[in-house]
Amino acid sequence: MELLRFTTAGSVDDGKSTLIGRLLYDSKSIFEDQLAAVQLSSERKGLQHVDLSLLTDGLRAEREQGITIDVAYRYFATPKRKFIIADTPGHIQYTRNMVTGASTANLALILVDARKGIVEQTCRHSFIASLLQIPHLIVCVNKMDLVDYSEEVFNKLVEEYTEFASKLDVTDIRYIPISALNGDNVVNHSTNMPWYQGATLLNTLETIHIASDYNHIDGRFPVQTIIRPHSDEYHDYRGYAGRIAGGIFRPGDAVTVLPSGLQSKIKSIDTFEGPVEEAFPPMSVSITLENDIDISRGDMIVKQNNQPQVGQDIDMMMCWLNNKPMQPGAKYYLRHTSREARSVIKEVVYKMDINSLQRVSNDNTINMNDIARVRLRTTQPIMFDAYRKNRNTGSLVLVDEATNETVAAGMIVDSHVN
Amino acid sequence: MHKYYLNHLQELESEAIFVIREVVAQFDRPAILFSGGKDSIVVTHLAKKAFWPAKIPMPLIHIDTGHNFPETMDFRDNLVEALGVQLIVGSVEESLRKGRVKEETGLNASRNALQITTLLDTIEEHKIDAAIGGARRDEEKARAKERFFSHRDDFGQWDPKNQRPELWNIFNGRKHQGEHFRVFPISNWTEMDVWNYIMQQNIQIPSLYFAHEREVVYRDNTWLPASEFLTLREGEAVEKRIIRFRTLGDITITGGIESEANTLEKIVNEVSAVRSTERGNRGDDKRSETAMEDRKKLGYF
Repeated sequence: MELLRFTTAGSVDDGKSTLIGRLLYDSKSIFEDQLAAVQLSSERKGLQHVDLSLLTDGLRAEREQGITIDVAYRYFATPKRKFIIADTPGHIQYTRNMVTGASTANLALILVDARKGIVEQTCRHSFIASLLQIPHLIVCVNKMDLVDYSEEVFNKLVEEYTEFASKLDVTDIRYIPISALNGDNVVNHSTNMPWYQGATLLNTLETIHIASDYNHIDGRFPVQTIIRPHSDEYHDYRGYAGRIAGGIFRPGDAVTVLPSGLQSKIKSIDTFEGPVEEAFPPMSVSITLENDIDISRGDMIVKQNNQPQVGQDIDMMMCWLNNKPMQPGAKYYLRHTSREARSVIKEVVYKMDINSLQRVSNDNTINMNDIARVRLRTTQPIMFDAYRKNRNTGSLVLVDEATNETVAAGMIVDSHVN
Repeated sequence: MHKYYLNHLQELESEAIFVIREVVAQFDRPAILFSGGKDSIVVTHLAKKAFWPAKIPMPLIHIDTGHNFPETMDFRDNLVEALGVQLIVGSVEESLRKGRVKEETGLNASRNALQITTLLDTIEEHKIDAAIGGARRDEEKARAKERFFSHRDDFGQWDPKNQRPELWNIFNGRKHQGEHFRVFPISNWTEMDVWNYIMQQNIQIPSLYFAHEREVVYRDNTWLPASEFLTLREGEAVEKRIIRFRTLGDITITGGIESEANTLEKIVNEVSAVRSTERGNRGDDKRSETAMEDRKKLGYF
């Protein structure tokens, strides 16, 4: 069984919680005591219907205010796949949560209210999905029951969205007309929309091809830690532990260790179950080399014939995640793969108005939820690829040196591309 | 099927191993919180795999309420010996003796909340800067919002509204003096995943998880094990039943379910058919709607 991680985005009241509730309920992932608790809370609040959002709103403040303030993770499985949902709030001020939820997702569900069409929030969520390079997008046109299940309404929305999406960087977009409330095309085909011949939402989630979402071309192995048993049996064992971040490694491969540039060959790729002949993302393994060379955490083992960029000047798209605005000229710890360096933001190239998708120049103030293209200088070289090419080696976070909070997320862009 | 793909258990395992290695790489004095329950047993198993052929490079911490299942204690001692790791025991009895905590009184009294003080004292005494736990996000709604790397202030408290964003697989373990982290490598596992993994890996677990005959008392819709710590209330009687436990905690608050499942296969079948959450039989979660969040803020597991 494969694992599919998806994120849901939508505006307030467009039925996101209802849809998640339905997926969980119809896949029998809501337990009786959970449902009973939610029913009881709904009654206590004087609601007419069972408020399924109470299933995901777990924190006291959320339940009191009736809003979602943090990413909530939900799990369900069908006989075909296991799913992890990163349920993110739709309010404008919570872009940072959406970015967080999107960072690990294979797929994004974008909800659109059939009556309202494409609104600012739809554009914002879609832009973030594109910025975070989520490989697959499903646009669910919800509340079809309130527009008489009209094919015209659906087609018009598809056309509108397709035009808007041409400005985005997403290749796989699908459209499904649904009613989350009544269950049309969620799990079962809708008898109300015979004109829709496509797959239901659940069927799409179960069958969409995700195995090639990882980069299997560019061999990248960031070293996390060194395994040295010091035991009689494994006296000279020296394993470089880490998770494959790209490409396929095999014993005998000629490799280079960065940033030192030292060369060697892979002697073995070990796991607790024994050595393996091939290692690919996202496997956790330990690699031993033919030569004894000096390697430590933060180094990267790569194929000799395919190397990442190594440098101290980074161009990236950045989302600011912290209440405290970006301080011009301030230094931040940078975390990238298993490497840490200090860094300074040298230049704000432009800010992005994510409602109009327009670039704003000459504005260097970066506040929470702002997205900007920036140039960064690091104290030590880092080994990176463009985020577009590899989400593992193209992503980084910045950490405030005073508070230790994670303040920004960065997606590296090729410096010669605008 | 694509050749280069991991199934969901392999992917979850790889993620957990990555997180555990990250802890050892980023912290000076990490430890594994070991309760003797299946989740912490799985975490310990994953740690063994993460550092093989070396031993697990950190101690196990057990918070002993003094109200244990004898089976759990035997299991713990055998495992520690087999792994060759250090065991640190934090004792609630000792916290009581030192006057650090006061025994709860009344009908629903338990030592569940008292563990918080003992746990935080143990973390401080041994200067632990990262405590790895077996909590899962599917267990409880407050846990659904928990990070892999969960920051605790110098009072050991969790601030759920002010958590550090966690993106991709980049974990930020930077902290100030006196602060520590709780780390949850199996955050993304469900109860079903844990059982399937135990079966697939043939991991040893305490006999309490398997159906067995036991003297029990029916209270609050669950079968509580009869023990020297349980006082019968009016109308209650000790009965013999075939039961098993879905979770293990303090013997005074862990309820069992009637079950015939005496093998891992049968347990997996039972878990996949069961219609209530595993913590449904835990007295500690029944106190209020946000009981878990409130305890977690104070420093609970």
